[in-house]
Order: sequence, then structure tokens, then C-alpha cells
Amino acid sequence: MTVLLDVKHLQTRFKSRKRYIHAVNDVSFQVHEGEALGVVGESGCGKSVTMLSLLKLLPPAARIEQGEAIFNGDDLLQMNSEQIRKVRGAQIGMIFQDPMSSLNPVINIGTQLSEPLRAHLKMSKADAWERSVQLLDMVGIPEPRARLSDYPHQLSGGMRQRVMIAMGLACKPKILIADEPTTALDVTIQAQIVDLVKDLREELHTTIIWITHDLSLIAGLVDRIMVMYAGYIVEEALVDDLYTDPRHPYTIGLFGSLPDLGGQQRRLTTIGGAPPNLEAIPTCCPFVPRCKYAIDKCKIENPPIKPISGSGESLHSIACWVDIRDRREA
Amino acid sequence: MSATQGSVLVRVENLKKHFPVRIGAFAEQKATVQAVNGISFNIHQGETLGMVGESGCGKSTAGLTILQLYRPTSGKVYYQDTDLTLLEEKQLRLLRPKMQIIFQDPYSTLNPRMTVGAAISEPMQAHSLVPKNKQDARVAELLSLVGLGHNYANRYPHEFSGGQRQRICIARALACEPEFIVCDEPISALDVSIQAQIINLLQDLQDELGLTYLFVAHDLSVVRHISDRVAVMYLGQLVELAPKDVLFARPFHPYTHALLSAVPKPDPTYERNQKRVILTGDVPSPINPPSGCRFHPRCPLATERCTKEVPQWNEIEPGRWVACHEVTSPNVDTSAVFSKKHKRPDYKTKIKNW
Repeated sequence: MTVLLDVKHLQTRFKSRKRYIHAVNDVSFQVHEGEALGVVGESGCGKSVTMLSLLKLLPPAARIEQGEAIFNGDDLLQMNSEQIRKVRGAQIGMIFQDPMSSLNPVINIGTQLSEPLRAHLKMSKADAWERSVQLLDMVGIPEPRARLSDYPHQLSGGMRQRVMIAMGLACKPKILIADEPTTALDVTIQAQIVDLVKDLREELHTTIIWITHDLSLIAGLVDRIMVMYAGYIVEEALVDDLYTDPRHPYTIGLFGSLPDLGGQQRRLTTIGGAPPNLEAIPTCCPFVPRCKYAIDKCKIENPPIKPISGSGESLHSIACWVDIRDRREA
Repeated sequence: MSATQGSVLVRVENLKKHFPVRIGAFAEQKATVQAVNGISFNIHQGETLGMVGESGCGKSTAGLTILQLYRPTSGKVYYQDTDLTLLEEKQLRLLRPKMQIIFQDPYSTLNPRMTVGAAISEPMQAHSLVPKNKQDARVAELLSLVGLGHNYANRYPHEFSGGQRQRICIARALACEPEFIVCDEPISALDVSIQAQIINLLQDLQDELGLTYLFVAHDLSVVRHISDRVAVMYLGQLVELAPKDVLFARPFHPYTHALLSAVPKPDPTYERNQKRVILTGDVPSPINPPSGCRFHPRCPLATERCTKEVPQWNEIEPGRWVACHEVTSPNVDTSAVFSKKHKRPDYKTKIKNW
């Protein structure tokens, strides 16, 4: 599989008054052509900031301190605003969490949907409008032509998210980044959207990066998963390996926190404590205060992420000094 | 924890809550939001009744109306044998300590200018439950009960994380030794690992203090975990009520069936092979709900009759209530009928042509 996007040592931090918030720390990963990659973590773990960094969509307080992101032979992080604009929407599309605040409330759906087509594909206004009808039809919106002259507030949450998906796919991007696209939606609507994305992926072979906090939701959606904690990638594995054999104590804790669907157990296993604040780059493993497997070394040195022994081709990697298999019974 | 053994603590009969929509300078009533439209059920002593539904289905309004925080439009709510709907505010106040609520958002429900200790002792003062000189000790006791240090009493809410704040809200609800607590989405604002802590805490408190919960939530796996019985709401009405194990094993109402099918499981193999029931369309507006059965426009089982007649709330098996014209006896196999009639939306051909 060819590597489509190669991110190395990405570090992004926010400046607020005299403090720094280290949101993304030394994050490296690859995205292969045609795969679906899931990024999982709790709020504030850096999963969204990582993706926003790649497209340079960060708020003014944030700065990319170091790193590179090679896409099509070019480093996204070195591009000026003119160059990155040619990538956004055209090569890498993005769908955001809240479709109400990411659509312009005073511009109708058709004009908003035509915009990327006219800007990137240089379509005429009429052609772009026709293509927009097709796009809305494709994402399952009934009476697509009539909907084009509607404004966002006239559509329901699920419909708006379908518009966002249509917009993200309008220029047939190589990569589609979906940032918690179903979090604001109800479960039956979520099922509709997931169903749609699955079909889109099968037919268009778009590479997808799906950011979420929901381990259940992405189980059937992605091929590979990265688990993030406190701005670090702590575990990376093929989806089946991760669900059958999670190795990082944090991942294990996350799975334990999910209510069992058999509904039999009385108590949930929890991760004690709360996620750390990110003001200082930790000198120890950032998970140490909440980790029940911690050894002395964990308090002195932050473990780098590396493949676990015997994982072979699948490259199941963790950032942990402890081999859980020896300790699980203890 | 057995659901049916306890005596009935709260009895709800045909409860309705409608909100007027007023428009214009003279506040003319333009329409009515039928947020809760005739629900009936019992809550037994010591049980957890889960109430699920999608946003806007009226589940939170139901919780608030039961506690008389909204006065119902019609219907009855009995607490033990007292009809709450007939009581005046003054008389109701005497009963309030017994019925408490935990809200969804622990950020907006704590006063930022009140110390944690002041917030927790306020209900004791309001109801004159604990003498002044013993209040500090009681606050410390409550804080340790919810797993916080007793020295936290002098701190302010901003010093705490979301999970800790929710613990403070729980301590405040427990301050007047309630019997019945409405938990209105108490964990939806929290992260997964923190959610589990709060769920465990609520269960421990129930075991320890013999509390009765009405647990309102939209997350079905959480509701399944914590509840003894589950009530499913759709657009202001109950569609099904049953002990959780039988409900999850074999949902009767077509909406319950679709809702359960929509919940993803943390299992890649299952998810890849799962044939999900995908409902078409959105939840209609409660301002102008569909005629007859409110679910009929999205229901694959719907017939002519469903568009006209409102289905009865029937006990089709002991302890098992369903409101549906098509599923009227336990012999109907909803999932079989579903798979025969259900059509999955076809995106693929459209995508191919694009």
C-alpha cells in the first residue's frame, strides 16, 4: 500500500497568557491509500488539533512548533496560505462535528455547495449547481433540487450533516477527515450517516480519517486505530488486534469503561483520576498517575511508541514500558 | 434490586405537558408543543427505571414534570399516595426533600460564586433538616460519600473537573436524604472514563441508601447497564416498557427494534457483518405530530389503521407494555416482520452514477 500522508514528529501548542498548552506532542503516523484510519481519545487529547494542524486550520493562539506532513511529495506544514488553500477541500476534505456552526446561516445550501466546485474545479455557476443536485442526491437527501435554495436552519441536524459530507466530497478529495461527524446526532440518525459513509467508501475508495471518542461506533468503520492520550499516540493497531488484544493500560481502561452489551456485569472497571493538564511536557509517562501497572521507570522516562515484539507486519505499537501480558493476572 | 418486589413509589397516570408557542407583540398562542402527551407508568421502591429516547422526545420534560418542576397540563402523579398535581407550592415544599434531581451539565448547575460546602448545605438550610452546628460535619460526610475529600468544602466549582463537579451535584442532591432521584442525563457531558466512575457511584449509593432512580438518558448501553426496567419514548409518548433483559433480548415495538439495532457495539467482527435497521427520515416535530401512531411515517410495519388510530398502551405480557397496532400479542415476532418489510436505502447506485 502506498503511503498517502506521512506525518513526522508533529508538535502543536497553544499560548495563553504566559502559559503554554501542549496539545500535540511528537505525533508521527502514516495514512495509506484507500484505508480508513480511526483516531480515538477523550476530549482534550489532541485528536482534533492534530488534524487541524495538517490543514493549517488552527486558531491564532496555536502554533505548529515542529514536524512535517508529507502529502503528494510536499510538506503541508511548510505551505503558505495560497498553497494550502489548493489542498483544502480539493485534496483533503474535512467534515466537522457541528453542522450548524460550520455551515453559513445566511447563504443557501446550493451556493455553499457550489463554492468548492467553482473554486477548485473552475466550474461555471450553472454546472456547479447541477453537480450540487447530484451530490445531495448521492448523500440521500430527498428532493435535492428544492433543497439547494434552502438555508441551513431549514434542515434537520442529520440533513445538515449530509450536506457537510456532500461538501467534503464535492471535489473528490484523496483524503476525507471526519471530526466526530455524528456526535451531535441521535442514534438512529447516526446509523444513517455511518451507513452512508460505508457505502461512499466502498464505491469511491476515498481514504478516511475518522476522529471519535466512541470505540463502539468506529469498530466496523475503520481498518486501523490510533489511540491518543494527553497529546501523544499511546497505541496504534489494526482494528481487530486492538479490540481483541489491547496492550496499553489506557486503551484497556477505555474498553473497561464501556458498559458491557451483554449487560451482565454489575460494576464497570474505571480509570481513576482525570486526564492531566497539558501545561508542561511531562518528563514521565503522562498516564502514570492513573495507571495501575506503573513501574518505577514510568515515573522517570516517557516511553516512545514502538511496535510490540511479535506483532510482525501488523505493526501493533504502544507507548508503554510495561508488558501487560506479564502483569494482567497480577 | 428486584424490580417487581418493591412497592410502588411513584405512579404516573396519563401525564401531559404541553408548551404554548407564543408569537408577536400580544403573545398570541400560535401553536402547542406536545412535549409529553399522555404517559402512564409506575416506579417501584428501590428500582432504577431507565427512560430512553432521541433528543426532543420529551424524556427530560417527563422527569421534570413528575417532580412538579413543570406543572403538568393534565394527568396525575402520585408519590406514595399523595397526588402531587393537587398540592400547592407550599405543601409541595414539604415533600421536595424526598424527591431530588441531578442535571446533565455540572458546569451550569453549580453557582460559581458559592463554595462547594455552601452549595451542599443550602438544601439542608432551606428545609431546616440539620442544625447549623452540625452542617459542616454533614457536608464532610456527604463529600466522602461521593468520593471527594472532606477538605474540598471551601473550594469553588471552577477548581474541579467535570466528573468531580457531577459528584458535587450528586452530594447536593443527597443532602436532604431523598428517596427518589431523577437523574437527567447525568453522564452525557462527561468523558468515557469518567462516565464509568459516575455510573459506579450512582449504583453504590443506591445499594447503600436504598434510593429509587428515574434515569433519563439517550445512551442505550448505559441505560441497559444501570436500569432494572426500561421505558422507551418517542415524540412525547411511551412506546414500550419492559424489564431490561427482555426488552434488549426481544424488543416488541418497531421503534425499539430500530433504536436497539442502531446502537453500535465495540466489536469489529460483529459491526462489519451486522445488518442494521436504518430508519428513514427524521423525528417529526412535536408541534405538529403525525396523526394516529406518531411513529407511522418512519415505521416499516405501518398500515392504514396506524395513520388514523392512536394505539392503546397495552400490557401484552405481565410487566411488558407496548403501544402498537401491529404488535398486540407476545407471539408477534417483530424482527422477522421487520426483515421482511424493511428496505435499506440504496446509495450505491447513485454514488456509482455520480
